[in-house]
Amino acid sequence: MTAVTDPTARAAGADNPGLGARPVGDQPWRRISGMVAIGALAQMFIALSGMPVGLDDRTIIEPVLSLGYLGLVWLPLLMGYRAGCEPVLEGMPVHAKGRREVVAGALVGIGAGASISILVLLLHNFDLRDPLVNWGPQLAEVLGFGRSPGFAVIIWIAIGAGGGAAAGSLHLVPSPIRRAVIAMAATVIGAAVIERVVTDLAGGLGLGTAADRLYAPRGGLSWPGAVALAAVSGIAAGSGRGRISRTRTRIQTLEGTTRTVTNAALVVAAGLVAVVLPLLVGKITNELLANVGMFVLLALGLNIVVGLAGILDLGYVAFYAVGGYTVAVLTASASPGIAPELPWLAALVGVVVMAVLTGLFIGAPVIRMRGDYLAIVTLGFGEIIRLLFLSDWLSGWFGGAQGITNIPGVQVFGLATVKGTDPRAVLYLVMVFCALAVYVSWRLERSRLGRAWMAIREDESVAEVMGVNTVNAKLLAFVVGAVLGSFSGAIFAAKVGSIFPSSFLILISIIILVVVIFGGMGNVVGVIAGAVVLVGVLGGPRQPGLLQELSEYKLLVYGALLVWMMIQRPEGLVPNVGRNRELHPDEFRQDAWLRGRASCGEHDKGANAADDSEARRR
Amino acid sequence: MNSEPILQTRNLSVTFGGLKALADLDFAVEKGEIVSVIGPNGAGKTTLFNLISAMTAPSSGDIRFEGSSILGLDPNQVTARGIARTFQNVRLFAKMTVLENVMVAQHCRTRQGVLGALLYTRAFRREEAEIRAYGHEVLSFFGSRLTGYRLDQPASVLSYANRRRLEIARAMATRPELILLDEPVAGMNPVESAQLTELIARLRDEWGLTVVLIEHDMSVVRDVSDRVVVLDHGETIAGGSYRDVSTDPAVIEAYLGRRAESP
Repeated sequence: MTAVTDPTARAAGADNPGLGARPVGDQPWRRISGMVAIGALAQMFIALSGMPVGLDDRTIIEPVLSLGYLGLVWLPLLMGYRAGCEPVLEGMPVHAKGRREVVAGALVGIGAGASISILVLLLHNFDLRDPLVNWGPQLAEVLGFGRSPGFAVIIWIAIGAGGGAAAGSLHLVPSPIRRAVIAMAATVIGAAVIERVVTDLAGGLGLGTAADRLYAPRGGLSWPGAVALAAVSGIAAGSGRGRISRTRTRIQTLEGTTRTVTNAALVVAAGLVAVVLPLLVGKITNELLANVGMFVLLALGLNIVVGLAGILDLGYVAFYAVGGYTVAVLTASASPGIAPELPWLAALVGVVVMAVLTGLFIGAPVIRMRGDYLAIVTLGFGEIIRLLFLSDWLSGWFGGAQGITNIPGVQVFGLATVKGTDPRAVLYLVMVFCALAVYVSWRLERSRLGRAWMAIREDESVAEVMGVNTVNAKLLAFVVGAVLGSFSGAIFAAKVGSIFPSSFLILISIIILVVVIFGGMGNVVGVIAGAVVLVGVLGGPRQPGLLQELSEYKLLVYGALLVWMMIQRPEGLVPNVGRNRELHPDEFRQDAWLRGRASCGEHDKGANAADDSEARRR
Repeated sequence: MNSEPILQTRNLSVTFGGLKALADLDFAVEKGEIVSVIGPNGAGKTTLFNLISAMTAPSSGDIRFEGSSILGLDPNQVTARGIARTFQNVRLFAKMTVLENVMVAQHCRTRQGVLGALLYTRAFRREEAEIRAYGHEVLSFFGSRLTGYRLDQPASVLSYANRRRLEIARAMATRPELILLDEPVAGMNPVESAQLTELIARLRDEWGLTVVLIEHDMSVVRDVSDRVVVLDHGETIAGGSYRDVSTDPAVIEAYLGRRAESP
């Protein structure tokens, strides 16, 4: 969750000279009161945003917990846990955790619970529907559990206090139990979120009855199913301490032919899953996976530009649009300008050519700028491309606001036709291009050009002095990213069958960028994970995700996740191993402290600390 | 030597706002020399390096390298001509590994592009192996300090002295004729700076490089330089052997100031 809960930090803490638990009254009152205020405001905001009402239909565990209530319960738990967290510095004395942390958790929890209690009373006595659109009997019903306000007031405070204290007491239990509890909660909620995929897949595997036991008939986990899942995950997490990471290290440290064989086996296994999975699941799941795949493709392309070369491109949707329109013009019979009606695969050549030209056209002026200026200019070009497609001036070619319709699907050498009506075929097509994008990213990162991109990302002027032609290298990054993005657009055109300028809003650029940042910049696995979590679970700009009910609040959740990620885990969901050691403030403090201590003995390291603090001040 | 100097500046001037950072500087380095540039803070030493490496454009004057002008070239073209430099405030590619830092510096000596990488051609693999091997060679110049497990560590975790060494290794990896070292031993302890002084001498003797260094540590300047050039206020105020320069009244005045005249 934070650097503090990181297992290595804990291990470091274990070696520290330990101190006894502090008395209950010795609380960091400033911090606690700050957390109470933040918790109370956040709870009230969540309640008044309408989420509890809007998400109440989605059941997590039948009949006790819905997504709406989960939205109100998680905050006291999380903040109750955080209240007891302290930065652990290597070599510094650490106080044992005790009742103090439990009380801190309870206090913070009460803050969050009480704000809902107050809201219940206000809802009962006043009508503020005028400015607050969600103010009303429905919200009162959900927050009041359908009972009297007095009852709800007490229950909410009790939930806050109990939840906060329980979360705070997680600090007291041994770490296997803590891990088990967190794993249980994550597994149960995760299983409820991916319910549709699991039932679909279970049906395909002939395990429909098992899924019926796990999930209640009207959605949500059944009671016995939730208990069984919690038990299994709890035992697995409690006993399997670090087993996964150990296996990964073992695979990574393999050498010679064993390594090649293992890697090949992993690739083959992934390929088999990719081939078999779409056959086992139904139309809706295939559609969902195809949408995720399109965003994976876009995000992998943007990752080369942003993650590798460090060029913050906010107008990436332009290349998506160029890919889509090129296919539309070249394949559709209804294309208003020229209509050569080429097959899709032949049109793909045109897509590549157009993407390269657009990449050069946008890139050439843009890459001479740096940082913020570059970002703003790319933002502008993203809109310019969309407006060109929308304009009357070019409507003779691209149809203006009417777009281009009747785009035929993809004929694969006369064997099959890939169209939007057959999501499974679309998914296969998307996966082929995703595999291509992964290969391109993987090869380029380990090449002369990839290293030049990374050097530019790290320090452009120095890269130039070290002999890198930065203009060419950046232009190439732009072009490679443009080609990968245009593939996604080409698939989009064939899948949807019609194309309009409004399909290419700036929002898409933003969401692709969020996927890249959230997943982990510069890391292929991270980018894929980011697309699966954000687009698959929350949903894309237009595409519903697994939490369909969330669609209204999608952007809110996106934003909140992004902010949280920037503070707690700037390296992204799946960090690029070994490249991001300097991002955490806790580690900064620890490093500075260690060097300060070392400088008493060694001149070298003392100078090091001085240099670093100086560098940071700049 | 009667042949043309490897590096020569003529009437080189640069002005920042109203400040004349370099004023009509004539500076020459013969092939195979080790020249130290010293002077008080703000004398224009690093500015001179920035001009030679094309990071800053001069207001007037000319810079000639190996007989032709390098004025108007981009920094990467200057590097391709054979001039490499290090930075006073260490500027490594922090998140790249030690080996990657010296591999990327061979960019202008190598050719493979997108297609070679994607098709994984034989030429690509051979060039990649060569880049890697030369990277190892350059790093092993510093003994075991930058090799072994450190090869795959990000540059940001190196100790300060090792970062300085890696800066030099990265500059060497560009296969230069002339290397500009900006305060190579700053922040090192006396033992380490003595070791580095030896290495600087080996840069010339074994690697055949011409070396220009800016240094404040006078023991290094004394031990390694063939010639010392003293800058102050953007002008050369003295030049010659260490012994001549260290006793020159103008130099002493520039460093310590003039004794106040009694009225």
